Amino acid sequence: MGAKKWIAMLLAGGQGSRLGELTIGLAKPAVPFGGKYRIIDFPLSNCTHSGIDTVGVLTQYQPLILNDYVGNGKAWDLDLDVGGVSVLPPYQGKEGGEWYKGTANAVYQNIQYIDNYDPEHVLILSGDHIYKMDYSKMLDYHIEKNAEATIAVIQVPWQEASRFGIMNTNDDDKVTQFDEKPKYPKSNLASMGVYLFNWKTLRRYLINDEKDENSSNDFGSNIIPKMLEDRKKLYAYRFNDYWKDVGTVESLWQAHMDLLEDTPNFQLNDQQWKIFARNANHPPQYISPDAEVSQSLINEGCMIHGNIEHSVLSYNVQVGYGSTIKDSVIMPNVTIGKNVHIERSIIASNCVIEDGAVVGNSAVTSDITLIGENQTIINPNKKKITLN
Amino acid sequence: MENVLGIINLINERQHLKDLTAHRNVASVPFGGRYRLIDFTMSNLINADVSKVAVFPKEKYLSVMDHLGSGKEWNLDRRSGGLYILPPIHPDETVTGDMKQFYDHLSFFERAEADTVIISPGSHVCKLDFNEVLDYHKKHKADITVVYKDYVGELIEKPIYHTCSVDSDDDITDISFYTIPRPGDHVCLETFIISKSLLVNLIKSCVASGEYDFLKDAVKANLHRFTVKGYNFTGDMPFIHSIESFHASNMNFLNPSVIRSFFGDTWDVYTKIKHEAPTKYSSSSKVTNSLIANGCDIEGIVENSILFRGVKVKKGAIVRNSIIMQKGVIEEGAIVENTITDKEVRVTSEKSVIGLKQPTVIKKAEVI
Repeated sequence: MGAKKWIAMLLAGGQGSRLGELTIGLAKPAVPFGGKYRIIDFPLSNCTHSGIDTVGVLTQYQPLILNDYVGNGKAWDLDLDVGGVSVLPPYQGKEGGEWYKGTANAVYQNIQYIDNYDPEHVLILSGDHIYKMDYSKMLDYHIEKNAEATIAVIQVPWQEASRFGIMNTNDDDKVTQFDEKPKYPKSNLASMGVYLFNWKTLRRYLINDEKDENSSNDFGSNIIPKMLEDRKKLYAYRFNDYWKDVGTVESLWQAHMDLLEDTPNFQLNDQQWKIFARNANHPPQYISPDAEVSQSLINEGCMIHGNIEHSVLSYNVQVGYGSTIKDSVIMPNVTIGKNVHIERSIIASNCVIEDGAVVGNSAVTSDITLIGENQTIINPNKKKITLN
Repeated sequence: MENVLGIINLINERQHLKDLTAHRNVASVPFGGRYRLIDFTMSNLINADVSKVAVFPKEKYLSVMDHLGSGKEWNLDRRSGGLYILPPIHPDETVTGDMKQFYDHLSFFERAEADTVIISPGSHVCKLDFNEVLDYHKKHKADITVVYKDYVGELIEKPIYHTCSVDSDDDITDISFYTIPRPGDHVCLETFIISKSLLVNLIKSCVASGEYDFLKDAVKANLHRFTVKGYNFTGDMPFIHSIESFHASNMNFLNPSVIRSFFGDTWDVYTKIKHEAPTKYSSSSKVTNSLIANGCDIEGIVENSILFRGVKVKKGAIVRNSIIMQKGVIEEGAIVENTITDKEVRVTSEKSVIGLKQPTVIKKAEVI
């Protein structure tokens, strides 16, 4: 097998517990986003556009939906004979096997997979972020700097810097120090969770890290600090476009609302950088004579008879007469009856909201209401019907 | 399981859709917001577990090849079976009839493992359950089953439809060519079930005696020799034979019950996937009674219309009673009414295009 220039390893095993009920039955990268996509579509589509043809998707928590969704990679043009996409759950070998203990351990357990392709560079990605990024520019930068590792960074507001892994750099953007969630940040360059390594170097560090019993086997907390300690050449690659962590209900909702600006900072409808997704066969959406729609994103398969205001509706959502949906995110296959009011909410897939029900709180200070998958919400004022 | 070969016969297409077929065959004409006419036939075949489909185009077939590709959207990119496009092989000769083109690809038929063949044109918009037709064919021990539909729609002026006479035993007793059908007349849908061995024999014998038309020389000429049964298709299917009827049958999809009967209650209709984003409605958009595909950007007013994938309606633009095909752009303040714009048409700022008695058609990629 010929050597590959580079391959990507996508860490998709996390639960995303801060997304609450959204991740009961599926891993965070499989959470629906933007009316059509799942979060993992963003890094996978970035790989396709960046010319990466080999992607290992490391799964662990609730992998079924993710495995099925990624499939043979056809949607991302990654259905190749050599390379393409491979779903990599933990496995048993001759020496036994174990769960992925941390991000670095997950890659460590797949050294054999990576060695198969004998790549010069390995790109480590996570399945938690919404962004469009040409990783090939990062690779050019990495080579130009003659770096051992390059970490993509984005400038965050100073007041938020202590929520992130912060890179302190010199004038040349060479990384001098890595601070995980610093109380008093010295820089506002946050790590995006996108790392590019020379494979030979990373391989050695993974093996040594595995021997270290005190290590939590994590890229951010262990591998990167150890490389800095060893005075390896690590560079920060500045990314200046839209990038959003959607790890909480609030941030997931906010990222959807960002899409609804008349000129949004993040454009889904981008002919130069399409986001690829599966499940794309539904009839066009129907907007009835009784409907009103403004400032919204609506996907195919929807049938709208009510008012949609500043909301994102995924495929096959039915909205009945007299209902209003405002500042909300409706995930696939949700049926909304007549005279329903939904505001500042996220409704997960396959829910049924019955006639007259009210969901959400209009106060801007209130939390976003989340209705988990497969639930039925009834109108509490409805007279109970007894069958006999 | 029975092994069935699907033949999509585009050789007898008629040019009723004028400008819409200037550069493409009828089967590739866009329909219903995101489909091509051929998608309905393709999806009906796939629903009947047909795993090998051959398309016989006569001319202007670049768009059908581009649209069908490897057939992967219809799950036809398989090791056994799959999708074949079998065009005329003598570019300097005009095609004398479908049987001639079948004959030119005779080895394809001979090699196919199928015992039964479905032949259908590529332009019917319907959900025809071929499993039912196959069962009917078997139950009646027919040699050939002809699918027909009772005519519904306005009175047409030109004789364009072939009609069949059917007796009380469902036997086809006669076929009349180029007639003006009255409501209730049995219009032949040029859709047939026939065994492969009989088809191969008929192809050989017809061509040997200089006869080249399947319906005339293989079916009608043999009505007394073979058991030829008529299958009455009673489902929804618009008769499309003019720009007006094309426009009206598209508009008929602005009705939830029609949408459900074509796309909800039965098998899926597959088409080429474009990976378009969901459609964006801006704060200034006003949309009512419309069917809208993905990838659109709507800032203006859209009423009683069908927008295909990737259409842009800019601020202050008005689209009414119109069909805007893929990637059309209606710029600021422009008005489009009772019009069909083909793919990639641009109506520039403040211009208006208004169809009066019948819909205006704007040709592909034209700039108004």
